[in-house]
This record gives sequence, structure tokens and C-alpha cells, in this order.
Amino acid sequence: MIKVLKPGLATSVQDLGREGYYHLGIPPSGALDQYALTAANLLVGNAPGAAALECTLLGPELQFGEDALVAFSGAYMGALLDDVQVPPDTALQVRAGQVLRLSYPKVGARLYLAVAGGIDVPVVLGSRSTYALGGLGGFNGRRLVAGDELPVGTPSGKGKVGASLPMALRQSLGGEVELRVVPGLYYERLQPSAAASFFAEPWTVGSEADRIGYRFKGGSALSFQPREQPFGAGSDPSNIVDSCYPIGSIQVPAGLEPIILHRDAVSGGGYAMIGTVISADLDLVGQMQPNQKARFREVSLDDALAARQQYKKKLKRMAELFGA
Amino acid sequence: MNRPIRYSFGADEHLFAEVSESMSLEAFFVGMAITRALEKLELEGVLDICLANASFQVRFDPELIDPQTLLDVVKTVEVKAVAERSLHTRIIEIPVLYNDPWTHETLMRFRDRHQDPSATDLEYAARINGLADVEAFIAAHSGAPWFVSMVGFVAGLPFMFQMVERERQLQVPKYLRPRTDTPKLTLGHGGCFGCIYSVRGAGGYQMFGVTPAPIYDPQQTLEYLKAHMVFFRPGDIVQFKPIDRAAYDQAVAEVEAGTFDLRIRAVEFSLDAFLADPVNYPKTLQEVLA
Repeated sequence: MIKVLKPGLATSVQDLGREGYYHLGIPPSGALDQYALTAANLLVGNAPGAAALECTLLGPELQFGEDALVAFSGAYMGALLDDVQVPPDTALQVRAGQVLRLSYPKVGARLYLAVAGGIDVPVVLGSRSTYALGGLGGFNGRRLVAGDELPVGTPSGKGKVGASLPMALRQSLGGEVELRVVPGLYYERLQPSAAASFFAEPWTVGSEADRIGYRFKGGSALSFQPREQPFGAGSDPSNIVDSCYPIGSIQVPAGLEPIILHRDAVSGGGYAMIGTVISADLDLVGQMQPNQKARFREVSLDDALAARQQYKKKLKRMAELFGA
Repeated sequence: MNRPIRYSFGADEHLFAEVSESMSLEAFFVGMAITRALEKLELEGVLDICLANASFQVRFDPELIDPQTLLDVVKTVEVKAVAERSLHTRIIEIPVLYNDPWTHETLMRFRDRHQDPSATDLEYAARINGLADVEAFIAAHSGAPWFVSMVGFVAGLPFMFQMVERERQLQVPKYLRPRTDTPKLTLGHGGCFGCIYSVRGAGGYQMFGVTPAPIYDPQQTLEYLKAHMVFFRPGDIVQFKPIDRAAYDQAVAEVEAGTFDLRIRAVEFSLDAFLADPVNYPKTLQEVLA
């Protein structure tokens, strides 16, 4: 059992997410940075997709009820185990009664804390991930609060104290991020000048950035081609008849601030999407802090598939390294 | 509806298909027929098939199914499926307390985000739809049944399209800026679509009333939610029934006691019969509930 002394800003139980319910408005959820979740799990001998804690912008303070093997990966947060600094991307032995304090990230936004055996909350619709908007999954369908006691599963025994992730397999976070985008969906509705400025100008993550979506500001307003709006679409040129939203899709309500939908996405709505961030770059989005800069780069579907293969190869190397 | 379906990839995990730019029952029917036929194929690598009002989307794993292969399959299905003109479905009576105190309190709190701060959402909707008053608006809203044309936005939220000719479609804009709060089970309306907010949260639709009937519940307490925590499916037909405060309170007490149930009947819908007589055909559907 792990007792939550302080919950941090937005800590929730996440695994790799659930598929198959998006058509009912239930999004995939799961770790926004799936790579970091996988790394933390493998370090403690878990299956790559075991449930762990996603800790956002301000980490929690946790007391361990029993001895445990833990590891954290992702955002670089200061971490103290009973006031002794402990390293990231390393399997650490924690003794019963010890307290782990995570602070705020220097770079990155989300840290994943895995415990050997995984966080043992019930599986709901095929996953332990929290979908807070729907009060579903995770720990009582919500973010953690002080006083919560998290059950831990049975460790595999494969994890080794001191195991660490080779530097070559660690992520580089921070700085200006390049996000690759396949234009499409309602991209043709943009004025050519707006399409050009979207890819040319730098954008900054706004304060409204969470598991549902990331809002960007700082670029020029994007104008849509004028048209007589189709029946049922609504009057603004950025409106469409409410449709499905792909995970990673970029919408621009009223042409003002682009929003990238992430794994807790609203599943549909009435704003034209102008393209989709490729799956290999979604982890990067989830690690962006407010005020961090990004540029969007136009790529083809083939580029997206090639990048995905690269990404999967890296995951496979990591899994092989830990014998998972 | 006089142009082909437009396909576009949402990067490497989604195939998006726009059946029609504008909303119509025919466009919805085409999307529904294609997505139902696709579901039956049980293609490996297809993670989710999402139907929207006049469009649909397939979420897939490109390691298991090549995007171009998927597109070819969908196009093949499209050719066969567009001929589907009838639907075996169910009609559900949803009780509604229109003009209720909770949405009223909420709409007053967000008046500065509304087109007409001096009127309520119902008064505004009645006026811009050319109806005499709120009573006339409620009569129109509950006078003809609605098709659930999409489930989503958030878990289990139904978008609905009323079964009337285009001239009689109720239309209202969304709030100028979205509200940060909407009571659970609020009846909303934006553009030509009605909805029921399945959970409390942000929203931009005009608010007309509340239903006591839960439509999403991860605990699955009520009988009609036992099969799935999400009640509505695209293709469901909904008939709203105005109720008074006493009936609402009674229903809420039944929900709390776990005894509340909905009136649900099987029904066959014919698109051609509707298009031939859009005034009288929906009445035959309402009679099934009687």
C-alpha cells in the first residue's frame, strides 16, 4: 500500500490506456508520455503497460506501507527519499515507512512513477487508466487526493535494485519542440496564408494545457476561407457539423488558438481540424510545460509511419534490454 | 449529398470520412450504414469505429492494418452500404423538466457569455426560431422525436437531430464563450443539434431543462444501464416528455432507490417513409410508445 500524504497538482493512475470505447465518447486515456511510462515499468520488472502514477507539474508526497522497488522516468523532477536525493531512470529500493517527495519539473511536465507489481486498481473497460471527466477507472475515477491508500500488485521479481536506463534510451526534453503534423481533415478550409503561417511561426503552450488538450498561443490568427456555412455547422467559419476528433488532431476555434487534443480528448465537436500530430510525437506534447515553445512541421502520412516505426524500434530495444 | 464521401487521414492512427458538409438524416444514414457494415467485418487492427452526425472515423493500428488497405476496404463497404434505407432500432421516452431551477441558476451565472443577457436561453431560443413564447418552443421541442446521430464529446453524451423538415429544425447558436459549468443531465441545444449532458462540466449549448434519467453511470446501478455504462447508441430514437416538478422529484427518488426505469420499445424506421411524409410518419413512431 502507498499512502498519499500530498497529492501534487494532478496525479493520476495511468497505464497504456483503453481502446474501443471512443465511439461512445470514452477516450483512450493512459499515460500522455507512453515511452516514459514504459521505461519506469521495465526498470522495476513490470510489464511495459502496468499501471503507474502520472505526476504533473508538481509531484506528490508518498509514504510506502511496505518495502517496494520503484523507478521514475519522464520529466526531471527533484526527488527525495527521506530527504536523500534519488536519481531518475533507476530502480530504487524503498523501505516500509519511507517517504518519497517529488517536487516540480525543471524540464518536462509529467513524471511516471512505477512500483514493482503495479498500482492495483480495478480494470475498467480493459484498462486501469483514469478518465477523470467521466469519473472512470484509476483510483475511484479521479485524481489522487491526500489520504488515498493505493493498493500495489504482486511484483514479478524480475526487477533489480540499481538497474538503470542507458543514456541512449533516455528522452531529451525541454527547449523548443518540433511537432510533426500531417495536414488534412479540414486543412483545405484554411486560407493559404494561414496554412503557411501556422507552419512558419513559433507557438507557445498556453495555460490551458491538460490531459484533454494543449492550447497554443503566440502565432498569427488563422483565417478560414469564407463560405456560406453548411446547414447545422454553426455560423463561424471555423465551425463544422459536429464530427469525430482524432487523438492528436489540431483544431482552431474562431481561428485564434490551436488546440492539440490528447489522450483524454473530447471525442467530437464542431471545430474544423487542420491536421493531426503524428503518433510518435504525442509523448513530446505531453511533456510540454506552459510557456514552452513549439514549431509545427508538415510531414506526409508515409513520414508519420516511418517515424512511428523508429519509435516502436526504440521501445522494442528497451523491452529487450530488460528481458520483457 | 451530391458529392462523394471525402476521406482524409488523421495522421497514422485515424481515417476520417466526411459524408456531407451539411447535416441531414440521409447523410447520417449513409454514415451509419457504412460504420455498421465495417463493424461486422471485425478487421484486425481496427481499434474503434466512431460515427458522427454526417461523418465517421476509424481509429486503427497501422502495424496491424496498412492505412491504404483500410481505405480501400472502407470504400468497398461504402458502395454496398449506401443502399441501406431502413433501421431496426428502439424508441425511448425521456422525461424532461423544462425551465428547471438548476439550469436557470446556471444560465444566470453565465449571462455575460450569452447573446442575449436580458432573456433566458428558452426565451431567446423561442424568439430567434420565430415561436410565440417558451410554451410554443417546448411544444416544438417535444412535439417530434429525435434521432441520436452521434454519441460523444464526453462519455455517453448523445447528439440528437429532430425528425422534422429542415424548415422546422430548431436552430440556436452556442454561447458566445463556453460556460465552465453545466448541470448533469441538462438538455442542451447548439446549431441544429440537441444533446443531454451526461456529466457535469463545461459546455456551450443553450440550456432548456433537465431529465431525471441517468444516461451514463460507471457504477451501472439502474436496470437499463446494466448492459453497458453508456445508455445511448447512434440510431436510437428519443421522444421527450415534458413533466412537472412533482413528477421530476418522484423520478429522482426512484433513481436514488434504484427502481427508476425508462419506457423503451423496439421500432422499425424507414427513411423513405419519413422523407415521403415528414409530418405524419414520426407520429406513427410516437404511437409505439403509447
